[in-house]
Amino acid sequence: MQIPYTVHPRPDTGLFNAKLGVWLFLASEVMLFGALFSSYVLLREGALTWPHGYEILNIPLATLNTVVLISSSITMVMAWASLKLNDFAKYKRYIGSTVLLGFGFLIIKSFEYGAKFSHGIGPGDSTFLAIYFTLTGLHGLHVIGGMIVNGYLWGPGSKMWQSDPERLTNRIEVAGLYWHFVDLVWIFLFPVLYLL
Amino acid sequence: MAHVATAGHAVHDAAHHEEELTFIRKYVFSQDHKVIGIQYLITSLLFLFFGFSLMMLMRWQLAYPGQPIPFIGGLLGEANAPGGIMLPEFYNQLGAMHGTIMVFLGIVPLAVGAFGNYVVPLQIGAPDMAFPKLNMMSYWVYFVGGVTMLASFFLPGGAANSGWTSYAPLSVVATTGQTAWLFAMVFLITSSLLGSVNFIVTMVQLRAKGLTFTRLPFFVWAQLVTAFLLLLAFPPLEAAGVMQLMDRLAGTSFFLPSGLVVAGQALDVSGGGSPILWQHLFWFLAHPEVYVLILPAMGIVGEVIANNTRKPLWGYKSLVYASIFLGFMSFIVWAHHMFLTGMGTVISTFFQTTTMIISIPSVIILTAFFISLWGASIRFNTQMLFALAFLPMFGIGGLTGLPLGLAPTDTHLHDTYYVIGHFHYVVAPGTIFALFAGVYHWYPKVTGRRMSDTLGKVHFWGSLVCMNGIFMPMFIQGLAGVSRRLYDGGQQYAHAQGVLQWNEFMSVAAWSLAVFQLPFMINFFLSIWKGRKVENDNPWEATTLDWATPTPPPHGNFARVPEVYRGPYEYSVPGHPTDFFPQNEPEPAKG
Repeated sequence: MQIPYTVHPRPDTGLFNAKLGVWLFLASEVMLFGALFSSYVLLREGALTWPHGYEILNIPLATLNTVVLISSSITMVMAWASLKLNDFAKYKRYIGSTVLLGFGFLIIKSFEYGAKFSHGIGPGDSTFLAIYFTLTGLHGLHVIGGMIVNGYLWGPGSKMWQSDPERLTNRIEVAGLYWHFVDLVWIFLFPVLYLL
Repeated sequence: MAHVATAGHAVHDAAHHEEELTFIRKYVFSQDHKVIGIQYLITSLLFLFFGFSLMMLMRWQLAYPGQPIPFIGGLLGEANAPGGIMLPEFYNQLGAMHGTIMVFLGIVPLAVGAFGNYVVPLQIGAPDMAFPKLNMMSYWVYFVGGVTMLASFFLPGGAANSGWTSYAPLSVVATTGQTAWLFAMVFLITSSLLGSVNFIVTMVQLRAKGLTFTRLPFFVWAQLVTAFLLLLAFPPLEAAGVMQLMDRLAGTSFFLPSGLVVAGQALDVSGGGSPILWQHLFWFLAHPEVYVLILPAMGIVGEVIANNTRKPLWGYKSLVYASIFLGFMSFIVWAHHMFLTGMGTVISTFFQTTTMIISIPSVIILTAFFISLWGASIRFNTQMLFALAFLPMFGIGGLTGLPLGLAPTDTHLHDTYYVIGHFHYVVAPGTIFALFAGVYHWYPKVTGRRMSDTLGKVHFWGSLVCMNGIFMPMFIQGLAGVSRRLYDGGQQYAHAQGVLQWNEFMSVAAWSLAVFQLPFMINFFLSIWKGRKVENDNPWEATTLDWATPTPPPHGNFARVPEVYRGPYEYSVPGHPTDFFPQNEPEPAKG
């Protein structure tokens, strides 16, 4: 038994199954983070005092992290483009750098977290810190999830290049869509939590 | 070229796989949508009965407060029911778990997981769901969530006891059972999220050739709208669940206001949170959830009515547009559950307006079903009886909802038994009856045998009488002002004295309802071996593609990839030799 349209797009919808699937999944992710951002707005509106993010958080580190994450999005696109151009060696380099940049993001983030914890500052200290740790923590989990997928596509998953190159290219495209979304969430998080 | 190659491949693959699969791969970790559908069916029916049993225990306490429960009272444990007399804390656990289990582990998995999984790929002419592995994972994640929920009864302090709505701040300071509830909910949400992605992709991508959107059976449309509701409404509850977990485990105060005093002690938290925020996030899911419960039921009723009236469904397009509109509107009515929280009259006015608007598509759907009956020579088999009963039962549920949707009348009725009566009419003799209709309707396709009509009719009439016996008096009690969730059923209140006698009546009706489920259980299991065999693949002489498969459908479903030539309900077409004209039957050559 074979499921139709796993690799080639269905003519009348113009999509292969996984691409539609990931867009739907991202729609649900928008609702997930949307709920948390809305909670942020409601809690801040109702609060007597609300600190400015820059008074508490480390803006230079976060700026660096923004650069790291955007770079990883670029390497992700390059990985996909390399496969489209039939250059497997380049693909390996680009998808590998995407995973490494993800690591870099998490390491920088852990420095930020560590600095807070070592000063005895945790999520229970104020509503601002609560939403900060919840949002960035959930985002961090999404980064880890994306790294696992990308790591698999760099390692064992890349063997598919021999058997079904078109399908592997599709997979990179789908993984890329998710990775850009994770990047996009950070682009919203950064100004909302650090700058406002 | 590519198409020919894959088709040839498919035949080869199917033959190859059938021999290879071990027992575990075929029946336990199966990727076949039909096996997964049956797994969902069995699991959710068990949960449905378990949730019902919890309520039967509670009904003893309501009918005979403070008296020891006969027979099984001693089995509940000293911590829950010393001497067989139920403690208030245990009553609260039962109430919270009854709601949670019925909604999230019983009805939704039955309506979407079981019927959706089994029937949708068949009705659209697909070999399976778009992502079979993901489908298997959805079931097992649901299973883990269910086991976590059940296991929470054995935690110190028992299961969650803050109601199925888990309102903060009560739920945040509650016993450990609440943490288990939250973890279980995260599993259940993940499961339906994966499922809804799978369903939408399947319905959009895998429709057979010629099966355009306007030719989809109404059941598929209902499942499509349902999947969108699950996809977009559940994540906010997941977010809320994460925030409540943070409150309980990491010491945050998302839902804890400043200066909260618990048991005479000021709570040592940072405060500044908002209990109302939980309600907003919860009802943002839980109102669309109502339509998740009702839309698949309407889909089943549509199929059964069209099939047994031998007429096309009246107003197919109106039904479809009404369902889509219903889906959209369900996202902007949630705060009608919160009129009494002090949101302000402006917000209340907005939400009561949208609530009145959302009743219009429901009325359109119900009206279209009623008109479909007009002038038909109806087959009164068991599934049709259940489908017919659905109409007035859901009607009562819907109409009694109007006074709740208007802020002024809701002020009086809020949190009374009237509310319980209202939504149980929608869900119990409404949705559950439709689901029973679905079981009787598709049983011959799944097993190759029919269920007994005689036992079915006993099941139907008994259930109809008992359901009304349970829920109709709730309106009387509610209008008298008796609050819900009272451990003694209202005995300590003067205003309740005039309607207390109904408590015993309702309890007896509930226990009798359980007795009338026995013919169903016997019928369900016995018919697997003893039921009358079907004469052909299409015993109900239906038109949709689910009846064009071999019986039971093999892995991969169709012997030949079907092609669709017409709409879903071409019954009694003038000039056609039979009174049904299947979707996949080519137009006869004009002579």
